[in-house]
Amino acid sequence: MPTIVVEVMPKAELLDPQGKAIAGALARTGRGEFQVRQGKRFELTVPGVVTQELLDEVREIAEHVLSNGVIEDVVGVRVLEPAARQEV
Amino acid sequence: MTKIGVVTFPGSLDERDAHRAIRLAGAEPVALWHGDHDLQGVDALVLPGGFSYGDYLRAGAIASISPIMTEVVAAANAGMPVLGICNGFQVLVEAHLLPGGLIRNDHGTFIRRDQVLKVECTDTAWTHQFEQGQDIVIPLKNGEGGYIADAETLAELEGEGRVVFRYRHVNPNGSLNDIAGITNAGRNVVGLMPHPEHAVEPGFGPDTSVAMRSGTDGLKLFTAAIEALQAV
Repeated sequence: MPTIVVEVMPKAELLDPQGKAIAGALARTGRGEFQVRQGKRFELTVPGVVTQELLDEVREIAEHVLSNGVIEDVVGVRVLEPAARQEV
Repeated sequence: MTKIGVVTFPGSLDERDAHRAIRLAGAEPVALWHGDHDLQGVDALVLPGGFSYGDYLRAGAIASISPIMTEVVAAANAGMPVLGICNGFQVLVEAHLLPGGLIRNDHGTFIRRDQVLKVECTDTAWTHQFEQGQDIVIPLKNGEGGYIADAETLAELEGEGRVVFRYRHVNPNGSLNDIAGITNAGRNVVGLMPHPEHAVEPGFGPDTSVAMRSGTDGLKLFTAAIEALQAV
């Protein structure tokens, strides 16, 4: 069954306390060169074939349910290739 | 007797305290269930604090699309007084009844403190018994209380006098403009992060300069709503 991946990130202009905490932890382990932002990845698995219509519907769900446009941006809606999935 | 409904979502914590506050204020609390499509004829609504759905997805997001929210949104748009406390405030912004959003506290940790608030808007159903500019003490306890909105929304809230409560002395979570609570254009929907239902009975409230646990400033939100409803 195909899987659609939706990726959501906190808006770039907003403080991301989780990313900041992770960057702080990395710095304490001697890797202080990174800035970190933490987002979310959703996997929506459906039976059958992923049509353009379905992808449009998932984009709608991504923008209105999986993310909140006030604080987050949907940065990716794509079909996960089977080969890539096996690698994961 | 005035009936005020309190919606319980899976993971709500403070609905019993809300019931108690409503009873102490002189109204009848009515337990409402998230999975119903029935407000049981109540005159006003409280969305209580807690961690609905364990804050999965985003705080308040899953609760905001639960069955009873269809009726809550319709009632709010028709002018019914609605108060969202903490997680209830998060549900109200996720349901688009109030603008903006709430994000994790800027310091990254949960905070609990007896918080001084300045009451800035006294023409809502829930705050008309306060004096403009009055300081009140209300317990605050949350992990995701940072209020944010884009510049245009903030200017609108400030310009229309819709910031209801502002943090005094210290900004406990990074909220923009020190915002602790806001109202909608109709002034019937109010959301705030601090917990007025925990400041309604001497001996069980926040510490004040007068005595330990003596704070009862929160009771006025509930008596105000009852008075507003009885005046109609």
